[in-house]
Amino acid sequence: MTMLEVRDLEVAFGPIAPLSGVSFSLSKGETLGIVGESGSGKSLAAMSVLGLLPLSGGRITAGSIIFDGQELAGLPEPAYRKLRGGRIGLITQNPMTSLDPLQKIGPQVDAVAVLHLGMTSAQARARTVDILGTLRIPEPALICNRYPHQMSGGMKQRIVIAMALAADPDLLVADEPTTALDVTVQAQIIRLLDDLVKERDLALVLITHDMSVVAQTCDKVVVMYAGRVVERGTVTAIFDAPQHPYTQALIGCIPGAAGADEHLTSIPGTVPTVLNYPKGCPFHTRCAHMQPICTTDVPAFVSHNDSAAACHFAGDMK
Amino acid sequence: MLLRYIFFRALMLIPVSISISVVIFMIVHLIPGDPIDNLIRVGSSPSDRAALVVKYGLDQSIFVQYFRWVGAMFHGDFGTAIVLRRPVADLIAQNLPYSLTLGAFAFAFSSIVGIILGTISATTRSKVVQQFVRGFILLGSTVPGFWLALLMILFFAVQLQWFPVSGARGWDSLVLPVLTIGFGGVALVARVTRVALLDVRREDFVVLLHAKGLSSAAILFRHLLPHAMLPVVTILALRIGWILGGAVTVEFVFARPGLGSLLIRALGQRDYPVVQGSLLMLALAVMLGTLIGDVAQAMMDPRIREAKT
Repeated sequence: MTMLEVRDLEVAFGPIAPLSGVSFSLSKGETLGIVGESGSGKSLAAMSVLGLLPLSGGRITAGSIIFDGQELAGLPEPAYRKLRGGRIGLITQNPMTSLDPLQKIGPQVDAVAVLHLGMTSAQARARTVDILGTLRIPEPALICNRYPHQMSGGMKQRIVIAMALAADPDLLVADEPTTALDVTVQAQIIRLLDDLVKERDLALVLITHDMSVVAQTCDKVVVMYAGRVVERGTVTAIFDAPQHPYTQALIGCIPGAAGADEHLTSIPGTVPTVLNYPKGCPFHTRCAHMQPICTTDVPAFVSHNDSAAACHFAGDMK
Repeated sequence: MLLRYIFFRALMLIPVSISISVVIFMIVHLIPGDPIDNLIRVGSSPSDRAALVVKYGLDQSIFVQYFRWVGAMFHGDFGTAIVLRRPVADLIAQNLPYSLTLGAFAFAFSSIVGIILGTISATTRSKVVQQFVRGFILLGSTVPGFWLALLMILFFAVQLQWFPVSGARGWDSLVLPVLTIGFGGVALVARVTRVALLDVRREDFVVLLHAKGLSSAAILFRHLLPHAMLPVVTILALRIGWILGGAVTVEFVFARPGLGSLLIRALGQRDYPVVQGSLLMLALAVMLGTLIGDVAQAMMDPRIREAKT
């Protein structure tokens, strides 16, 4: 059953449109990976789903976001507030700065259940302790009386996850949940999220720039570049036969993917900024297979097995 | 944790007090002129003058004078006013209540109105309100108190006759001085509140607060304002001393008794003990204000509480 469907989403900040033609969908119990370099628009897509664009001055100018049959684009703020934290949980990038430093952990997590489940603060606290326990946080009752600065990054990220889970959401959006963490802790958090999806039958949008995380945990992948989706499909299809040169390059960048004794590869150049998105195929400025048509025409999606790529030469390339 | 912080923080007042007493004493004695000139009768002989100098100990070396002053203070003796011929402690005790009353009202007025105004200007979408508050802040931080005091007197006391022109009889005589001192305070507090709110609103954790589904009002009152109050508390604490002493010109214009008036008069007469005594009181007020501010911050922010003192 489809939990979230984003169709031809376009986001604008004033006259600038950093996101356009973004589509993806995901069902209960599924994990969708959104990958791409920094600046490709991954986080904007997440903020759009949560209706948090107005915070930074953006708005949805076209397309739709359908969550469990309900249109979210243009949903009034009071209705959106019920969904946020209630049915859609957010896990943010940097746990070090994601919690209010002046408040104890307990009340910060309790607030979600009080707000969305109508619990008293005592009930909410019991629930908080319970959730912290399931997230393998030692001595959860004591932790509730701690302040954020007294905890490690990995612990704080678990607290953030606990907040996202506190009202039993159907959809979790995790925006680079492991980027700011130690490598050893990264694996723990990813495994934790993976388990949660299975245990609670959640739909998870996992935004990351780490292709190996995607390979391990995701069912579906959306590859974004310069505010557009360039390839999407099942994780097996994408990793077995990537069609878009950008996807191929990203997979080529995974250490060890090309054999242990080979050099790490990198993609030359940088992601264009919003102000100078290229015409035609957004990737043509860095693409090794660039042809004249790439500079003028935006490529349409070409399907291939369980994936589709927006490239003029998808299918022809190896 | 908090007690430990307060203890160490209070301990630091000792070296500060010593330095301040030295500085105050030196500055007062470096001002040209001496109190004997104000005291001596016309036609007195040089030997009369010398006798007076000896009587007030002004013939001793400056070090001896300093230690005599400090030593006596430990016995609660702030010296005797040379020109006014009364114990300095009495003079201060007489004037302090006026300054405290005025200061307390001005302080409360500027904190409450300033915080409300700053919050409104940081949260409103109305350009008109924003411009109005910005204009008010600009005026409040630039218009000098004594001039504003004159305007207030001219308009509210002389023209409209709502309040008395001067003096300190009755509550109505407090209104204009409080408004005058408070005006600058309101502007300052509003500005700091506004900037702090705009700053904290950009913090990462605010995004997560929205993602939890909290309303903007809940986020403002439960999370943003407590953060914004940290710098506001600092600025208010510094202002405690400022209001007590900085009310000097305003007290003068409204001809109110008070520490400021006492100080100005004593300065004119080079009445060393009075100047030293009242300056020391003001310095004490500044120190206590800062202490209160630091402790308040530590109570609000767990990170400060646990930092090394």
